[in-house]
Amino acid sequence: MRTIQTHDIIDAVANMCIHSNVELPADVRTKLEEAMANETSPSAKEVLRQLLENADLAQNTKLPLCQDCGLAVLFVEVGEDVRIEGGGLRDAINEGVRKGYDEGFLRKSACDPLTRANTGDGTPAVIHFDFVPGDTLKMSYMAKGGGAENMSRVTMLAPAQGWEGIKEFVINRVAEAGPNPCPPTVIGIGIGGTFEHAAKIAKKSLLRKLDDTHPDPDIAAKEKELEDALNALGIGPMGLGGKTTVLGVKITMEPCHLASLPLAVNVQCHSQRHEEVIL
Amino acid sequence: MTEYALNTPLTDEDISQLHAGDVVFLSGTIYSARDAAHKKLVDLLDAGKELPFKLEGAAIYYVGPSPAPPGRPIGAAGPTTSYRMDSYAPRLYSLGLKASIGKGKRNAETRQAMQDHTAVYFGATGGAGALLSNSIVESNVIAFDELGPEAVREMKVKDFPLLVINDAHGNELYAVPDLKAAGIK
Repeated sequence: MRTIQTHDIIDAVANMCIHSNVELPADVRTKLEEAMANETSPSAKEVLRQLLENADLAQNTKLPLCQDCGLAVLFVEVGEDVRIEGGGLRDAINEGVRKGYDEGFLRKSACDPLTRANTGDGTPAVIHFDFVPGDTLKMSYMAKGGGAENMSRVTMLAPAQGWEGIKEFVINRVAEAGPNPCPPTVIGIGIGGTFEHAAKIAKKSLLRKLDDTHPDPDIAAKEKELEDALNALGIGPMGLGGKTTVLGVKITMEPCHLASLPLAVNVQCHSQRHEEVIL
Repeated sequence: MTEYALNTPLTDEDISQLHAGDVVFLSGTIYSARDAAHKKLVDLLDAGKELPFKLEGAAIYYVGPSPAPPGRPIGAAGPTTSYRMDSYAPRLYSLGLKASIGKGKRNAETRQAMQDHTAVYFGATGGAGALLSNSIVESNVIAFDELGPEAVREMKVKDFPLLVINDAHGNELYAVPDLKAAGIK
């Protein structure tokens, strides 16, 4: 058994919230630079130039990249040989979010769904726990903006629709979202599991680096196929036209019920703010 | 594509000359209002009460800024997605609003209202909140403080960079997705 103190968890979460809202991940910056070199349309180039200038400015001034600092989403892998000391794990994570959003001058966007009253401190975070072998605690934070999140969808396809049906749904979803989610976007796709699990694995897909390749060559090929198709839509940066509608497509696939083909499309904005820490 | 430098309040003459694709550097006073604030503004109108600012010639920025760190007038302040304000926008345009600022598509009623009342919809770059905050030189909450990030702010802007997405002549700048090129029959 290894003991981890809650104050270390609180500080780690707070630091992730602040850092990822201010610093554009290196893989995203590289993708935006590549996209700018590849675009021929002046408006597409100008949008991408502004996004890179914005990233520099955020880094220098410590202002958040985007005013929408997201709802805090955390994927937490708890080692089975870990004991938390000083309080509850969920409370510690929420305390870290509270601290990070406050000290980082981040916008607190959590509110009551019906009265719309702001909870005032950025909590509660959406937390997904998983238990894994080992004596470490891995926490992955994602700042999930509302504009892009609203463009996401879950659907239950018929098994006969297969890959063609999946492709059609994803392409139509991105086309319909158009300029709304701040393209170029990153598309997380969950295929399989159940209704709620497809959505969860779609979101978890967004934790992957943009420049990685799926270990399964068949899924890697499907990701590339979808990325090319989505970029052929010509929506372009901010919807003004161009070759860059998505920066990447990330698929997670898991077995499902023999009657079902669950599909979730989670749209993420170009900032793709996420970070992980292992304690 | 033409570049214009405009000042608020905006006039019919300012607006009529603009076409989708034009770049506008806006200076003067603009007001922040997004989802919850729009609901409250329309509730005031329904109750026959005065709004916290004059709609005549005004520009509303759909923004919920992040908190201002010490030494800056405002935090990051990029546009939010505009379609959520479409249920309120036609009424505000009909009462003298000349421009809204956001990102993303508007519905048919809102686009028609712009034609009927000589008004425009400007796009600002989504996600460029740190960069755009440099054009905001002053910001004060003037209503609905309880809404926090969604409060109505009076903001002084200088050369705020905007793109005309929908003009008063029925044109729109956004690219139409090419479904065929993407392999959809």
